[in-house]
Amino acid sequence: MSAAPDHADWPDQIFAVLKRGGVRQVGYVPDAGHSRLIERCRADGDIADVVLTTEEEGVALAAGAWLGGARAALLMQSSGVGNCVNMLSLTQNCRFPLLMLVTMRGEWGEFNPWQVPMGQATKSVLELCGVLVYRVERPDDAAETVEAALDIAFNGDRAAAVLLTQRLIGRKRW
Amino acid sequence: MLDRRAAVKLLLADRGDLLVVCGLGAPTYDAAAAGDDDRNFYLWGAMGGAVMVGLGLALARPDRRVLVITGDGEMLMGMGSLATVAMKRPANLAIAVLDNGVYGETGLQPSHTSGATDLAAVARGCGIPVTLEAADDQALATVARIIHESRETVFARLRIAADDPPRVLPLRDGVALKLRFRRALGLEP
Repeated sequence: MSAAPDHADWPDQIFAVLKRGGVRQVGYVPDAGHSRLIERCRADGDIADVVLTTEEEGVALAAGAWLGGARAALLMQSSGVGNCVNMLSLTQNCRFPLLMLVTMRGEWGEFNPWQVPMGQATKSVLELCGVLVYRVERPDDAAETVEAALDIAFNGDRAAAVLLTQRLIGRKRW
Repeated sequence: MLDRRAAVKLLLADRGDLLVVCGLGAPTYDAAAAGDDDRNFYLWGAMGGAVMVGLGLALARPDRRVLVITGDGEMLMGMGSLATVAMKRPANLAIAVLDNGVYGETGLQPSHTSGATDLAAVARGCGIPVTLEAADDQALATVARIIHESRETVFARLRIAADDPPRVLPLRDGVALKLRFRRALGLEP
């Protein structure tokens, strides 16, 4: 389990930002770092929670949601960013809004070497695909950063990703 | 075997307020040949994403019927999305796969459905509640009716002849397609 004992409520603060921002669909591939946020979304009757088999499904889901007038958010681990690459051409070509919340692996104190290549490539891959990238290191910055990304995504018709860093989430205990 | 153009034309005849998402390649040309419409969203890329665009749309607009029209190659690339759809089972979503067992856009190379893969069985196995097949006009008429009237998620495999009819190319500017679709739903750009 992850741990950030002093500011453990940052996932709840992010959830509040999503609610204030009118997000009505949340696609996700589960990650331990997102477990609290997923739990909140699943418990909310006004949010359609959509568990995905692969992260690129969520990119297409968000496009369809916007075509129908709904805002969507996409939750994933950094490994999932690599699964999104071609589908992000849908987002960029049509200028669909897209809010991605990415829990990072393969960086701060990583135990599993298999996580490192994609974790180290995450930011560059997103930027190559035209996604604006923001990074959160401290719990106090989480909600504000997500809110800024949400605003630029839905008001600016852009894709924006917030990287929730491994330092923020806490090391995975093995 | 069905003629793809005639099949899509039948699916879209008397469409009412149906919203349509088309997978890249021939299904997009088929829908354009049946008559362009602001409520058609054509994919020219994003292979494997058609069903998920349809799911997002269906969840956003439960008051409208949504039909995804795609091919076997595009569906194979996004096969997991059938499992994802089955978790939500939107009553207003139907998926029609034009299955000719070949990749038509790239020179009629055989796809997996020319071998052992049965996409209707895949959809059924994923848990899509209504899975149908049609290979002749009579069965197609039944499928079309169910697509328009079902109160459960529908997956239909339409067995079409493996040909490559003349291309009918609709608008391909993604922003323009998005804006006209949203405008047709009364949404702000």
